[in-house]
Amino acid sequence: MARFKQKNDKGTPGLNMGSMSDIIFMLLFFFMVITTMRESTLFVKINAPKGSEVTKLEKKSLVAYINIGVPTEQYAAKYGTEPRIQLNDQISEVDQIRHFVEEEKAQRNGVERDLLTFAIKADSKVKMGTISDIKQELRASNALKIFYNASKDAKKK
Amino acid sequence: MAKRATPGLNTSSMADISFLLLTFFLMTSSINTDMGIARRLPPPLPPSFTPPDVRERNIFIVKINRSDLILFNKEVPVDKETALGLLKDRAKEFLGNPENREDLPQKEMVDIKYLGKYPVSKGVISLQNDRGTSYETYFRVQNELTAAINEMRNELAKQKFSKAYIDLDTARQHAIDKAIPVAISEAEPKNTGGGK
Repeated sequence: MARFKQKNDKGTPGLNMGSMSDIIFMLLFFFMVITTMRESTLFVKINAPKGSEVTKLEKKSLVAYINIGVPTEQYAAKYGTEPRIQLNDQISEVDQIRHFVEEEKAQRNGVERDLLTFAIKADSKVKMGTISDIKQELRASNALKIFYNASKDAKKK
Repeated sequence: MAKRATPGLNTSSMADISFLLLTFFLMTSSINTDMGIARRLPPPLPPSFTPPDVRERNIFIVKINRSDLILFNKEVPVDKETALGLLKDRAKEFLGNPENREDLPQKEMVDIKYLGKYPVSKGVISLQNDRGTSYETYFRVQNELTAAINEMRNELAKQKFSKAYIDLDTARQHAIDKAIPVAISEAEPKNTGGGK
């Protein structure tokens, strides 16, 4: 009767943990790849307004950002406490926008040039005067696609 | 001398280390999606341009002054929150003009693909703000106007195709966009505050 000898220990066999680190590494690389390091450091504080009708901004490569806000504390001495415009990684004046538009357009070819969107990232407390000036400059330099950055208002439907 | 076997590295802590790194990247990474409202600026005007005559019934004026008070047409101003609450319904009533009232915008029959003849409103919402208006108020007004247009588009999509606007294909969405255009005109800002 010893032909079908049954094992006496009924305990569950232990899982092989050898491949665990591989799986974790895979996840790790995934997150490392998708993490976007911010290209330019912001000199201005931006607390975007909230809206219920916001949509996603598509095609990140076809977007140029115009940041408007009060300089952060560490830059307050250098740039003052009034709202300033930041293009790429420098604080700029309104009349530099034309040049900025030209530069951004020069970086793109043919078809993409017309699809270029200028995202206005402004702080809620910025006055419309500044923003209107920017919009007029954009109009004058034929950059007509704009985008008002905002955050999604969760509580309102 | 006998060759000694090299002792194997203990790799069981490898998983712990990579877990640590993983949690770090999980915490720090933000798949940041930019959200907001897209708009199209009008092209620069030629110097010889004369503004077209627009009938009064076809304009709905929304004014925001430098203390962020909102005014509709020539009515008595109400405070900001009340006005923002009213704005969406007022804009819908104005653009839709469901009862074809005499004091609300005219309509023009336009032949649109997929929709057939559709009465497109001639109404334009004129948004005027001051240089001293805060961006937040301006944005919230834009938001409410967008909400009005989105709701109207959705209603039309439900009525014509019995589907929500976002579930339609691009061609049909364009047809609806044509039927209910984003009719918002922005005036040059006034400078009553005197400041920059």
